[in-house]
Amino acid sequence: MEIGLNHYLVLSTILFAIGLVGIMRRKNLLLLFFATEILLNAVNIAFAAISHYYGDLTGQMFAFFVIAIAASELAVGLGLLIVWYKRHGNIDLDTMTSMRG
Amino acid sequence: MFEAVAFYLFAFLTIAMFYITVTTSQALYALTALAAGMIFISAFFFILGADFLGAVQIIVYTGAVMALYAFGMMFFDTTREVKEKQGNKFIVVGLATLAAVMVVAIFVAPIVSTNMTAFYPMVEGAGNTQEVGLVLFTKYLIPFEVAAVMLLVAMVAGIVLAGKKMDLSLTLMSAEQAKDIDDKDKKVLS
Repeated sequence: MEIGLNHYLVLSTILFAIGLVGIMRRKNLLLLFFATEILLNAVNIAFAAISHYYGDLTGQMFAFFVIAIAASELAVGLGLLIVWYKRHGNIDLDTMTSMRG
Repeated sequence: MFEAVAFYLFAFLTIAMFYITVTTSQALYALTALAAGMIFISAFFFILGADFLGAVQIIVYTGAVMALYAFGMMFFDTTREVKEKQGNKFIVVGLATLAAVMVVAIFVAPIVSTNMTAFYPMVEGAGNTQEVGLVLFTKYLIPFEVAAVMLLVAMVAGIVLAGKKMDLSLTLMSAEQAKDIDDKDKKVLS
């Protein structure tokens, strides 16, 4: 059976759904970051597949920029997480209620 | 035939690894499973002929991102079990609805865009890395530079946030103050 674009898009959807479930059920912020990485990777697969099946390199370019954004988001996010952990001793999402009005 | 076997094998492995990542209660298992999933995703890029993207995926994600996560986990208490949110009916219903809508949208998208034509078509007789270079350094030069500046800003922000005594400036304080801080550090170390 020939593997077409739809196969890759279905796989990308499944991975994206897994990432969404992870974002919804995780309390620990570090594991929440893992779930966002899954989301970005799922989108990258879809970009690369569309780039291949339409013979266009724009999809791959977008995938590169997504990887760059993921790396910088991680650097800043982990720095903020370390600051929060030094100050409060945990990284649970439910304890971060200081902004509640 | 070979492509189909490879696709289904790696699809199964990737889904299994990411499922472990979002469901396990051990942070270290989640980290390892995520790293394995990233490697398996690069296999899709190689199957799709995007060799350079696959290499970047391995280097950046499993080399840099995973090392950074492992470094970050040294700061946090990762040995205890991760507490999970108790199941909320509304969240489950909302998630299911969102996922169903997304599946429909993704299936409809290729039908809508059947008359899509290549904006920057593949160059004949060039390898994937060469093609990527040709497009990246002509059509996408400015986004490339902006991404470089963004990475630099992120690096500076990471150093300032995670480093010690970043609220002090050695150039703005007097020599005595700087010496005091230096002596205090030596006392702590000895």
